[in-house]
Amino acid sequence: MQHYTMNLTLKVWRQKNASDNGHFETYPVKDISSEMSFLEMIDVLNEQLIKEGKEPIAFDHDCREGICGMCSMYINGRPHGPWQHNTTCQLHMRAYQDGDTIVVEPWRANAFPVIKDLMVDRSAFDRIIQAGGYISVNTGNAVDANATPIEKDKADDAFAAAACIGCGACVAACKNSSAMLFVGAKVSHLALLPQGSPERKNRALNMVAQMDKEGFGACTNTGACEAVCPKGISIENIARLNREYMMAGLSDDK
Amino acid sequence: MLDSKIPSGSLDQKWTSYKGHCKLVNPANKRKLEVIVVGTGLAGASAAASLGELGYQVKAFCFQDSPRRAHSIAAQGGINAAKNYQNDGDSVYRLFYDTIKGGDYRAREANVHRLAEVSVNIIDQCVAQGVPFAREYGGLLNNRSFGGTQVKRTFYAAGQTGQQLLIGAYQALERQVALGKVTMYTRHEMLDVVVIDGKARGIICRNLVTGELERHFGHAVLLCTGGYGNVFYLSTNAMGSNVTAAWKAHKKGAYFANPCFTQIHPTCIPVSGDHQSKLTLMSESLRNDGRIWVPAKAGDKRPANDIPEEERDYFLERRYPAFGNLVPRDVASRAAKERCDAGYGVGTTGQAVYLDFKYNLINKYGKAEANKQGIQHPDTETLIRLGKEVVKEEYGNLFDMYEKITGENPYEVPMRIYPAVHYTMGGLWVDYELMTSVKGLYALGEANFSDHGANRLGASALMQGLADGYFVIPYTIGNYLADEIATKPISTDHPAFVEAEQQAADRIQKLMSINGTKTVESFHKRLGKIMWDECGMARSEKGLTKAIEEIRQLKKEFWSDVKIPGSINEMNPELDKAGRVADFIELGELMCIDALDRNESCGGHFREESQTEEGEALRNDQQYAYVAAWAYQSENNWQLNKEPLTFDVAKPSQRSYK
Repeated sequence: MQHYTMNLTLKVWRQKNASDNGHFETYPVKDISSEMSFLEMIDVLNEQLIKEGKEPIAFDHDCREGICGMCSMYINGRPHGPWQHNTTCQLHMRAYQDGDTIVVEPWRANAFPVIKDLMVDRSAFDRIIQAGGYISVNTGNAVDANATPIEKDKADDAFAAAACIGCGACVAACKNSSAMLFVGAKVSHLALLPQGSPERKNRALNMVAQMDKEGFGACTNTGACEAVCPKGISIENIARLNREYMMAGLSDDK
Repeated sequence: MLDSKIPSGSLDQKWTSYKGHCKLVNPANKRKLEVIVVGTGLAGASAAASLGELGYQVKAFCFQDSPRRAHSIAAQGGINAAKNYQNDGDSVYRLFYDTIKGGDYRAREANVHRLAEVSVNIIDQCVAQGVPFAREYGGLLNNRSFGGTQVKRTFYAAGQTGQQLLIGAYQALERQVALGKVTMYTRHEMLDVVVIDGKARGIICRNLVTGELERHFGHAVLLCTGGYGNVFYLSTNAMGSNVTAAWKAHKKGAYFANPCFTQIHPTCIPVSGDHQSKLTLMSESLRNDGRIWVPAKAGDKRPANDIPEEERDYFLERRYPAFGNLVPRDVASRAAKERCDAGYGVGTTGQAVYLDFKYNLINKYGKAEANKQGIQHPDTETLIRLGKEVVKEEYGNLFDMYEKITGENPYEVPMRIYPAVHYTMGGLWVDYELMTSVKGLYALGEANFSDHGANRLGASALMQGLADGYFVIPYTIGNYLADEIATKPISTDHPAFVEAEQQAADRIQKLMSINGTKTVESFHKRLGKIMWDECGMARSEKGLTKAIEEIRQLKKEFWSDVKIPGSINEMNPELDKAGRVADFIELGELMCIDALDRNESCGGHFREESQTEEGEALRNDQQYAYVAAWAYQSENNWQLNKEPLTFDVAKPSQRSYK
């Protein structure tokens, strides 16, 4: 792999706090190596800003391995940047060429208010989980793990849905700011497993009700969420959520 | 003085006997008792959820935006349990024995045996929560192997087991939040423990969004705040992982045990340049199928695939035929370093070795698949195609991650890997009940020191975090709180709260007022370099003595020249980082002091002065079979307390994986 260095122009959203209007600032960055990650490039810019006596750009990040779901940048009009099945922290600078201009914004959705610069408040997702995204089993109640065989295909599908990292890219990409992929993934994960069966009706109803209450929009099946999901969560999960929701709604016994 | 409170009786009866005799708190009284849990990784989330279920009033804190982000989520390979589903000879005793031996006889027998006992309950609990572990076609659970064992006892969910376990614990936690039993405080960082009349009674924390300091009362405080690998700057830890909570507790009287016991993981993606902010692990599970090698000729610069079989040195298989590529982490790391230091390393820096999947891709998986499909005499291309599909299912996300970072396709060319700081076995000293030397203050998971000795075996961190949270603390905390039922919640206007908050405020004020010329990051990098060079994979008296001096110097410079932008009463990530780095600097000094004191090699702690003729770690049981529990006295001054380690069942021997 050939490595190279580049000079770039960054246009970054700056917003002091939730009540500030916010605006774009333009920053030149020099001598960026193609081996750097996107966030390491932001680190370089931030070090430069601090040395110049300016405030560094606030952004969420933690594991930098693409699994914690904390990083959340809207890069050139796409959540997590240009690569498929990828998080911002795993985006590397070889995706760019010398002279490129890169626009970086926070997730934009009413249900995800900006806290500062590129950081948003995604606690709405936690509240949706609180509404039913679990199996009610207290510690110590479990039977032997192999007492319930689970069809491998179903277990694999449940795992694929459970791989959601809760980053919110699906919401950021959606023109309606819908959280259906996030909710669909959780409802599917638990509905596909026998352990999740006793609560499946109320789970679907309650999680959707909470989603609406948080101010996420409706789903119009454009599939933008699936296209940008770093974990490749399929919109089949939205279809499954719709089925679960309808069955629960039509059922007499909840 | 150091009472580890190990129950009497035979090793396999201690935990049963403890549970049968410890004090209980009745449900009506549990409702009146408040417990603070700091950190929401596997240990913290499982503890907070389980205590909430029991009826305690819990307050849980994390610095991330959601408890689901804690770095347990990044654990890849799996979780051990002595289920013996494979019928390959596993048992509670074997898991106990492997862990003690793997830890090079520097862990407490009673704790480790308890860990092995409850390991089986963890898997049951997780499956009941809906954790989608890998399964066989018959629908039953699958297992894989990890280093330092000869059985298959590791349960896994592709290469993201930690994520699935944490989501299970997180969901259990959120359920308690919904039920009103747990109050969750996200984007909060603990800055001090409040101790009243010798007992932990609360914490001071900073709301990271507003910058405000807050006081919180609890009848007991649990620190589940993870390890301190980021003292090395570069590690596989998350960017935010830090020692601050544990360090503040230490300065309030909690002993810090075996701080120098650090795990350097053999298979990480090598450093690519000065810009590097963190290192990425490639799971140990890859050593099930990947073979580690370097060119047999020093300085051989040919591309890996052009080097013929007979000109490769599979150095782990050569040196350790019995365990081969699955030797424990400390052994594998040192062997890789030895080859690189001797000039056999590969890649542009020469600081890397190959991890190659081709052999097993073709011979193990490819041939098995061909047999299954009835393909007679398959050609290599077919075998590679068939093998790839299986490897993809086992490790797909890891291979993708490798390709994203390096731009190379590991299905085609071998991975380049090098050891990196990964886990810290040391931590706050705790007794059998997980209580630190401060009453009512507990440490769980990686934050304590108790179960892994001088080297942790793969897939055991998840096991310990969940054991502590789901199955140990719910019992042991009752034994303490039973005597606290008459204690009314203490007002946070109590002078001890006021004083602790003032101290935290003063320190923040002091940091902000320095207004120097160097960034926090630059100090962290320099600390990391000192630690890696002198307190990393090889340590010596000379190097450590020099490091202590350098760290003291660095500390002075930090407190006179650090530059922190922004202000106090707002979100200020640089200020958060500055506080953490200041604590890392102090911890770094203690780690070097501890490494200097322990003039033996054991597990991940390798003193150059103490090695066998073959270069293996040489323990000195006569002098060093103890836990070093350091008490903070004053700046640069610690007192060493020794907890002697006795081995009644697993008799210490020179560890051999040959």
